[in-house]
Amino acid sequence: MAVETRGAAVLEARGEVQAPVLVLENVSLAFDEHVVLRDISFTLLPGHSKIILGASGSGKSTILKLILGLLKPDSGAIWVNGHRADAMSEPELMQVRSGLGMVFQEGALFDSLTVAENVGYRLYEETDLPLDQVRQRVEEVLGFIGLAEYIDRMPSELSGGQRRRVAIARAMAAKPAILLYDEATTGLDPITATTVDEEIVKLRDLEQVTSIMVTHQLRDAFYVATHEAVRRDDGLIRIQPADERKCDEAEFIMLKDGGIAFEGNAAELRASQDLYLKTFLS
Amino acid sequence: MLTLLVTWAKAAVLEVQEYVRLQAATWRAAVTRPFYVHDVVEQFEQIGIGSLTVVVLTGFFTGAVLALQTGITLDQFGARPFVGRLVSASMVKELGPVLTGLMLAGRVGSGIAAELGSMVVTDQINALRALGTDPVRKLVVPRVLAGFFMAPVLTIIANTVGVVGGWLIAVFQLRVASSLYWSSIVEGLYFQDAWMGLIKPFCLGYVIVTIGCHVGLRARGGTQGVGRATTNAVVASSVSVIAVDFFVTRLLITLMY
Repeated sequence: MAVETRGAAVLEARGEVQAPVLVLENVSLAFDEHVVLRDISFTLLPGHSKIILGASGSGKSTILKLILGLLKPDSGAIWVNGHRADAMSEPELMQVRSGLGMVFQEGALFDSLTVAENVGYRLYEETDLPLDQVRQRVEEVLGFIGLAEYIDRMPSELSGGQRRRVAIARAMAAKPAILLYDEATTGLDPITATTVDEEIVKLRDLEQVTSIMVTHQLRDAFYVATHEAVRRDDGLIRIQPADERKCDEAEFIMLKDGGIAFEGNAAELRASQDLYLKTFLS
Repeated sequence: MLTLLVTWAKAAVLEVQEYVRLQAATWRAAVTRPFYVHDVVEQFEQIGIGSLTVVVLTGFFTGAVLALQTGITLDQFGARPFVGRLVSASMVKELGPVLTGLMLAGRVGSGIAAELGSMVVTDQINALRALGTDPVRKLVVPRVLAGFFMAPVLTIIANTVGVVGGWLIAVFQLRVASSLYWSSIVEGLYFQDAWMGLIKPFCLGYVIVTIGCHVGLRARGGTQGVGRATTNAVVASSVSVIAVDFFVTRLLITLMY
């Protein structure tokens, strides 16, 4: 079942053994005649990031939908937190999804609910937590992403960047082990995009959330891969360039024609001599 | 030409298959946990109370115009005092359920298709599933329950208001004695009529809401797709109201009369 990965090699070198939280094994999917994904295999270790790059229509978002069980693969296996997700029925998948959070492309906030109701949705609707505890968690999460004062606003009153950050807050409110980001920064200006990137880095490094980021924004992809969040002694959070060891925990995957054209870290991606990769990176 | 026909037939079969699957999922979700009680109450309020004005107005004017029209015809036979019997029989057995159904198709069917369609194209349905909520339980079941139980209530209201509308015309325009109008209603209505008038709206309410949900959840292609879904929902549920009314009437006549 195990698929060889750089991340596993890094751990082996360190003498640590960790079970992957996510494994895709020879996953293929086609819509009628159109092959979207062909023999996709990778693993993801806890606390690591996987950044999936590729041109529009290359199947990046489809991978996230397969992991969530929103789509079923034609062949191959998908293991999420030890569960074989691709073979589960919709009711069984609900338990798998409780360990996952997803940030959708445009945020996909529920427009008839307030920010607080959106963020606390899973806790309000799918758990027996008392309302005051849910409210407390919502305030905590919104405070973490710096939007505490928007708690009672409606999504329509927020800017694009704020909506994405609320979407991140909603995804993380129930403390999932894995967060999936589908083009979380697309369409945002560089400053707002950096704010969103910082939230992703903070969640990964301070909350130990494993992340998969789908994007074609190279700037954001490299920012997340090469930065880390640290909490200083005075309690303040600082985003700084990551050391080599931390950078190795972020792996890039480049999709091309439904298959994986590249897999490696940021430095290896930059150094690649592959013509397609060079064109994409330029 | 043949290819087009085959493509059309395949699409039609797929549509029916998906509609049946949605209904099966709805029934299963309606009898198993979890239940979203708050959403059920909200839908009862939105579909029931929200449709009250349009149903009352439709019922009133239908009853009134029915009295006007039948009054003229009955005059030819010297049977004007029987106008109440005609109004009540027409309203209770046929016009009340069908017109209430058509009003609900326009107001509720379109609203459901537009709302669910917007949720589909903006990924809110996928977000619901990602957050561990089954959209059928959360969105479809409350609407189906509300449609199923509120359509008969609204029909009874429409019938009552329609009979009152007919009474106003009978008394003030046709100069029929009030007591004669009401006694002819009591004499002219049988239990079977009341049952027929009561059973039909359950079926119509169910059909309208399930079609709205089905079409909304299958919306594709942005805002244009939502618009298309809304139109399709109104057309399909309106035609279904007439068709289902015919078949249920046929069945009930066989069983009860």
